[in-house]
Amino acid sequence: MLIFDLFKMALRSLWSNKLRSVLTALGIIIGVASVISMISIGEGARKQTLTTIAKFGTNIITVKPGEKKSRHVQSGKVDTLKLEDAYAIEKHISSITGAAAQVYKNAQLKFGNKNSNSLVRGTGEKYPQLSNFVLEEGRYFSREEVQTARRVCVLGATVVKNLFGDKNPIGEVLKVDGNNYTVIGRMVAKGALSWFDPDDQIMIPVTTAQKRLFGMDYVQAIDIQARNIDEMEKIKDDVKALVRRRHNIPEGKDNDFYVQNSSEWLNSWGDAAKTFTFLLGGIAAISLMVGGIGIMNIMLVSVTERTREIGIRKAIGAKKREILEQFLIESVVISFLGGAFGIGIGIGISQVVSKMGGWDTIVSFQTILLAFGFSVAIGVFFGFYPANKAANMNPIDALRYE
Amino acid sequence: MIEVAQLSKTYRLGNQEVYALREVSFNISKGELVSIMGPSGSGKSTLMNLLGCLDLPSGGSYHLANIDVQSLKANELAEVRNKQIGFVFQNFNLLPRATALENVELPLLYGRIPQSRIKALDSLDKVGLRDRAKHRPNELSGGERQRVAIARAIVNNPSIILADEPTGNLDSKTGVEILNSFKQLNAEGATIILVTHDPSVSDQCPRTLFMMDGCLSKDERKPVSEVHGC
Ligand SMILES: Nc1ncnc2c1ncn2[C@@H]1O[C@H](COP(=O)(O)OP(=O)(O)OP(=O)(O)O)[C@@H](O)[C@H]1O
Ligand SMILES: [Mg+2]
Repeated sequence: MLIFDLFKMALRSLWSNKLRSVLTALGIIIGVASVISMISIGEGARKQTLTTIAKFGTNIITVKPGEKKSRHVQSGKVDTLKLEDAYAIEKHISSITGAAAQVYKNAQLKFGNKNSNSLVRGTGEKYPQLSNFVLEEGRYFSREEVQTARRVCVLGATVVKNLFGDKNPIGEVLKVDGNNYTVIGRMVAKGALSWFDPDDQIMIPVTTAQKRLFGMDYVQAIDIQARNIDEMEKIKDDVKALVRRRHNIPEGKDNDFYVQNSSEWLNSWGDAAKTFTFLLGGIAAISLMVGGIGIMNIMLVSVTERTREIGIRKAIGAKKREILEQFLIESVVISFLGGAFGIGIGIGISQVVSKMGGWDTIVSFQTILLAFGFSVAIGVFFGFYPANKAANMNPIDALRYE
Repeated sequence: MIEVAQLSKTYRLGNQEVYALREVSFNISKGELVSIMGPSGSGKSTLMNLLGCLDLPSGGSYHLANIDVQSLKANELAEVRNKQIGFVFQNFNLLPRATALENVELPLLYGRIPQSRIKALDSLDKVGLRDRAKHRPNELSGGERQRVAIARAIVNNPSIILADEPTGNLDSKTGVEILNSFKQLNAEGATIILVTHDPSVSDQCPRTLFMMDGCLSKDERKPVSEVHGC
């Protein structure tokens, strides 16, 4: 029998049991829709992570205290890096446009009767340039204000919105953990990441943060901006040598700090997002599996119900293979159509998520191909046992079946 | 055409053996019209199923057109059923969702025979049902259904046509029509074996096999002239 006739037969039999076919396909539809939407959400999150990290600058080298054991784990002492290291780097390393020491912690901000718990970043005067922050109004603090540890602050856009609303914050006095700080500037919004809002922070001089706010004599990071990307590796080596000398680390001993550039950081974030995508995709794949079991269940019922039909077909000369194909085509058609609808619905869901969550989702061609391939494979895999059962029936027993 | 020797069939029901067919032997030549008679449970259907390659015997041998049926594999048996045998059942056994034409066409599709539509229509024409081609079985009378089943059985030009009580579910007038269809086919050269409980049917067949308790009790041949005299 030609494959075309088998298809016609399969479609007719599915059509004559419309409701059942739809319900069976529903399992696959839900499974595929969740695979598509989960992966598109995960992929979207990954891409957004990468682009926003790129917004922070890709020519940044960061020095951090402790040692880096593996990609994601750091350990060791946290207080080895000093403000003076940052000044020394700025002074002695060539091919850099600037360096900024960092200390940061969350603190309670208060203006009038409004409160917010936001990140307070103590840093140097070069920070806006290093992190692609643009001043909207007012001014940023100067080198002199850093040296004299003045109580001044520059606000991120979210902080302005939450505490000041439409009011102009410049010149106002903000309470940070109970202490007064004069607002001297505000920043243009950068846009929130999914896990972190860079606009929900205020910047104060690093010395002020160390002495007056956090009470620490070390810094948590030093950001260094390379003049151009090709020189990053050389700068890293120079920085390592310089800091080792400053920390008096003898030859052969491990660093008590580590240096990484933003692209490494970017990669490890990208990896984390990938893991997230796989996880979501995996959960969705399980629901696809459940859909497959639904197909198997219905096909078994269908084979039993149609025992007599199978007997008739065998009596007039149907071969095993032709019976097998007939039933296999039915289950594949169900899963194929289920896959097609599921893809449509999945794309719809991801569009809704991106509208409501304000966050891009990516439906890639590969994802669609994967979901399609997966659903057809499930149709074949779970359809095979019932189809084989039908194909192996003895003609006379099948004909006698009541 | 058909050579049957010591053909036996036993069914096992739990510990008990049921002898449905005990060492039956006979030959049927090409072009014969043979009826099989016997009381209920005497093994007629069992014999027909073996002759139709729907079932395999427990013992003895069966040669169809010089092929030893027992040596064939499942797919080769399917091929024999498709090409050599046309089976007509008491309860028609048509596919309920397919039209008359599609039912008749089906053996041609399985046999991968070209121009199946036209051949199926010709076959329906032979049983006088060309105008019912688009009807489904539940839109046909019992006699019409059986004629569709006959059209399906002859569409592949089989060497033998087997009919197990083809008129059993029909009134006597319709039964006569069906019988006439078979006689017509036989006159055109087909070998036909039909099981019947109706002596008036077997009277019109030149040869009758009588079954009793799984054995062949009598093999009766009538003069040809007598048959045509009816
Ligand atoms: N599948 C089976 N399992 C067990 N015994 C069976 C089976 N099929 C038939 N038999 C037995 O074999 C014997 C012959 O049955 P068969 O159907 O050949 O009779 P029959 O001559 O066609 O009768 P009828 O005229 O009523 O159709 C019966 O005793 C029956 O009980
Ligand atoms: Mg019978």
